[in-house]
Amino acid sequence: MRLPLLLGLALSAAALLAALVSLFWTPYDVTALAIADKLQPPSPAHWLGTDHFGRDIASMLMAGAQTSLAVALVAVGIGMGLGVPLGLLAAANRGSLIDEVVMRGNDLIFAFPSLVIAILITAVFGPSATNAIIAIGIFNIPVFARVTRGGALSLWTLDYIRAAEVAGKGRIRISAEHILPNILNLLIVQGTIQFSLGILAEAGLSYVGLGAQPPTPSWGRMLAEAQTMVTIAPHVALFPGLAIVLTVLGLNLMGDGLRDHLDPRLRRAA
Amino acid sequence: MSLLSLRDLSLAIHGRPILSEISFDIAPGETFGLVGESGSGKSMTALAVMGLAPHGASTKGAADFLGRNLLTLPERAMTRLRGNEIGMIFQEPMTALNPMKTIGDQVAETLRVHMAASRAEAWAVAREKLARVGLPADRFPLTLYPHELSGGQRQRVAIAMAIALRPKLLIADEPTTALDVTTQAQILDLLKGLTEEDMALMLITHDLAVVAGMATHVAVMQGGRIVEQGATEPLFRARRQDYTRRLFAASEHRPNRTPQARDGTLLTVENAVREYTLPRPSAFAPHPKLRAVDGVSLTIRPGESLGLVGESGCGKSTLTRAILGLDPLQGGAIRLDGAEVTPGHTMPRALRARMQVVFQDPYGSFNPRHRVERLVAEPFHLTGRPKDARDRVAAALQEVGLAASDMDKFIHEFSGGQRQRIAIARALIIRPDLIVLDEAVSALDVRVRAQVLDLLARLQESHGLAYLFISHDLSVVRQVTDRVLVMKQGRIVEEGATETIFAAPKHPYTRALIAATPRIPDDWKENAHAPRT
Amino acid sequence: MQRYLLKRLVSLALSLLVASLVIFAAIEVVPGDPASYMLGLNASEDTVAALRDRLGLNEPVPLRYLRWVVGMVQGDFGQSYTYKVAVAELVAQRMVVSLPLALYALVLAVVIAFPAGLLAAAKRGRVADAAVMGATQVGIALPNFWFAMLLVLAFALHWQVFPAGGFPGWSDPVQAFRALTLPAVALALPQAAILARVLRSALIETLGQDYIRTARAKGLTGGQTILYHALRNALIPVLTILGMQFSFLLAGAIIIENVFYLPGLGRLIFQAITQRDLIVVESVVMILVFAVILVTFLVDLAYAAIDPRLRKRT
Repeated sequence: MRLPLLLGLALSAAALLAALVSLFWTPYDVTALAIADKLQPPSPAHWLGTDHFGRDIASMLMAGAQTSLAVALVAVGIGMGLGVPLGLLAAANRGSLIDEVVMRGNDLIFAFPSLVIAILITAVFGPSATNAIIAIGIFNIPVFARVTRGGALSLWTLDYIRAAEVAGKGRIRISAEHILPNILNLLIVQGTIQFSLGILAEAGLSYVGLGAQPPTPSWGRMLAEAQTMVTIAPHVALFPGLAIVLTVLGLNLMGDGLRDHLDPRLRRAA
Repeated sequence: MSLLSLRDLSLAIHGRPILSEISFDIAPGETFGLVGESGSGKSMTALAVMGLAPHGASTKGAADFLGRNLLTLPERAMTRLRGNEIGMIFQEPMTALNPMKTIGDQVAETLRVHMAASRAEAWAVAREKLARVGLPADRFPLTLYPHELSGGQRQRVAIAMAIALRPKLLIADEPTTALDVTTQAQILDLLKGLTEEDMALMLITHDLAVVAGMATHVAVMQGGRIVEQGATEPLFRARRQDYTRRLFAASEHRPNRTPQARDGTLLTVENAVREYTLPRPSAFAPHPKLRAVDGVSLTIRPGESLGLVGESGCGKSTLTRAILGLDPLQGGAIRLDGAEVTPGHTMPRALRARMQVVFQDPYGSFNPRHRVERLVAEPFHLTGRPKDARDRVAAALQEVGLAASDMDKFIHEFSGGQRQRIAIARALIIRPDLIVLDEAVSALDVRVRAQVLDLLARLQESHGLAYLFISHDLSVVRQVTDRVLVMKQGRIVEEGATETIFAAPKHPYTRALIAATPRIPDDWKENAHAPRT
Repeated sequence: MQRYLLKRLVSLALSLLVASLVIFAAIEVVPGDPASYMLGLNASEDTVAALRDRLGLNEPVPLRYLRWVVGMVQGDFGQSYTYKVAVAELVAQRMVVSLPLALYALVLAVVIAFPAGLLAAAKRGRVADAAVMGATQVGIALPNFWFAMLLVLAFALHWQVFPAGGFPGWSDPVQAFRALTLPAVALALPQAAILARVLRSALIETLGQDYIRTARAKGLTGGQTILYHALRNALIPVLTILGMQFSFLLAGAIIIENVFYLPGLGRLIFQAITQRDLIVVESVVMILVFAVILVTFLVDLAYAAIDPRLRKRT
């Protein structure tokens, strides 16, 4: 295993660990206000300082990791759960009406950037973390459908698929038995990419107030609140941003590393 | 005096030796043949001469070209030499041209990068060279793109690019391997004509018959070494080296088989028609139709070996798909032992189980994630999985010359020839009556091919199998079939007993095919009693 | 070519049609009805009824949809409820900020990405490649709004070379460009990182093709091969990404405008959401979607210009 993959795994694991630990323990209570302690710089008591309500930033980052990871994870789940079957179906019936409908549907969703979907949903139902998940999740569907269809189409031309057809297997069975396992690498890599994009999107939505609402802690909203104080207490804006960058960087490094690691061509050469 | 002289050329990639101590000479205007099986290092030798060996390659020895050592010449000097004094063409004409540039641009580019001509002159020369390689101005304007040309035509463009500056040496790396036999004959003719214009040709090929017809000198390569070299005819007649002898024997190999055909009919195809709908030429015109299979009829008797030959695009693959019950017909019928063959689920499994297939590509024929046991057992889907499935897989593997223990391995652990054996085991496992062999030995080296053909002949005898042997390669079909059909543009143009057709072809197309097939002159094959070394 | 063009045009029209249906339907499913939603809980029955009347909510749904679409085609996007002016006018005012910003960012992204991608591909596996790839990894991970805050901190508050926010209008183009520079950089850099990576991998893939070997055998140098043969062929995947990035830039601009207090479409839409002005939301969303679909269409045309296989004379 090479260094970038290790670094990626380490950073991703750190974010995951922070989120899990925050479920039952954080250094300070993230809902308790302590105005007297507001905007303290990093110190032994508050490693990353405090915000304008005197809350411990390290604790809030840990709790915020929960929101970020959960939103991105569920959004990837939505995208995979719907996109992969649609992509398999389209590829198995290449050129048919089903294929056409799936592909045109994809194009249509691509015309709605996730922020625009979020705006629409928020305008109608009001802002919430759930809406952020739906908005990002919807946008993930065509991404996975495309990757799946593309990978599946190249496999459908191979002779082992012919052999399975000669063995009397139907399209659905072939898709499940021969196609899906062989595009799994592709999906895992795309999954990490969409996961990291999901974290960025959640941060953006929360930053403009379309995502998680108080008191749910969120990295994006921490940045929004920090914006007005950036001149007097830069650390309030610095650490949430760093948390996002490092988490996304870790996931991307992990994705790239996995792609190289899982690629059988590269593995055989090694 | 020689034009190109290799002295002890050795090449290693990241320290792994690929070529060792290659030495040969090419005289001006001569045709030099370099033969060997895949992986023997013949292409790498050419790339080393061109200075285009892959990253991480290091060379020793010398490659003297008109007083300059190509192995030590700086890259700048090499770029001046490539395309100017040494031209090169490659195997795969479909991908060798830039799809985004016109053929005129690509030929003219050779002149432009060497600053040998102005833009207008370069276009004039390009025009002249394309006409020289058989692409005249009236039918092939310079503004055509590669996708508008056939494979043979593209190879002609590649040749025009390589000879635009009248190089002294043309290196042709398997220039006709990807082409049909009649196109191959035309391209070889063209190359022969060019050598008469005082250009030397280094012809790299796996095909002994091609070399026999083209080269004055030949070198036989194996495992990165030259095992034997000399003037072509004496070398072919004497076959001094053991490896040369085995290569020679394999390319002429005829499995020991007796016709097995029994009375009755196993498979009948009656007036089969298979059409494809093409895109509309304009928004309101009806969809035009392409008849890939146009009223084909044939029968196969139990235990018979029937050959189906034709060039690419003749419709034989389409016909195969219909026979296997993968595609619907638009007319006619296919019957297997009286029951109709229909596509998909509409065909009963028991009927499907009487017919299996072996494909061409040993690498794409198996799901890389499954173990051999599961791969070979896949056709049990048709019959229901028997209790002794594992034993039956073991038996099938042993029948094709592999070990029972191989069933726990993954497919990437096997060579191309072994994979074709596994494909045969998979076809055999449910004891079908008919096996369709779709170019099943075309991707194999001659010696492996001979072994697989022997295996097929043996299995036919022991199991009473019928074969439908589909191939573009006439010599292989001649070696293993009882009867043969010749297909052209969707129709069967001639059929009859194999020996009769090859000895006295009636249809002009069959005659053209047979005439175009390269072969080693019969009298060279005699006195094969060279002293053992 | 005509055939291809026709097909793309039909697909453009269809996408617009379906998109308008989706947006219209989304606004339709507002809990209660749009009028009471817009007026909030405290509105009296009479005012709601009056608004219903003005919005034409008493008419059948298909008729209202048709009226909306026909109006948009004629350039009439309705009346903003809060601003009491034509939405078309509001949008036009905001567009002169948002569109130049997106284009500015796109140009910056291309100008940064192309040399970086070319360098990395040409020096594949060496130090320059590793440096570009490392930098792009960080670039992709940057949330643009946070990066924008850092830029403000450095270039507006510390060094004071660019304004921290606001937009002076186009009467003084130099000042206007200065005002858009930090937002454009914030938008462009993460996109440039993506673009550079795509260009690099497309080039490397193209450089592995057979025709590149043919070009080398003709005597082209490595540089000439990249310039004359690889670059144009690698452009297809790059164009795809570029087209998708335009929509990200538009969406990203919505957020960035909030960081820099720029009076663009993004600010308009957030104000409209807080003021529950559904008419503005509906129209601005439709315009954004229209822009994305139009860019997709332009990208399709660009494919045909680059790839002769797409413009077969049929």
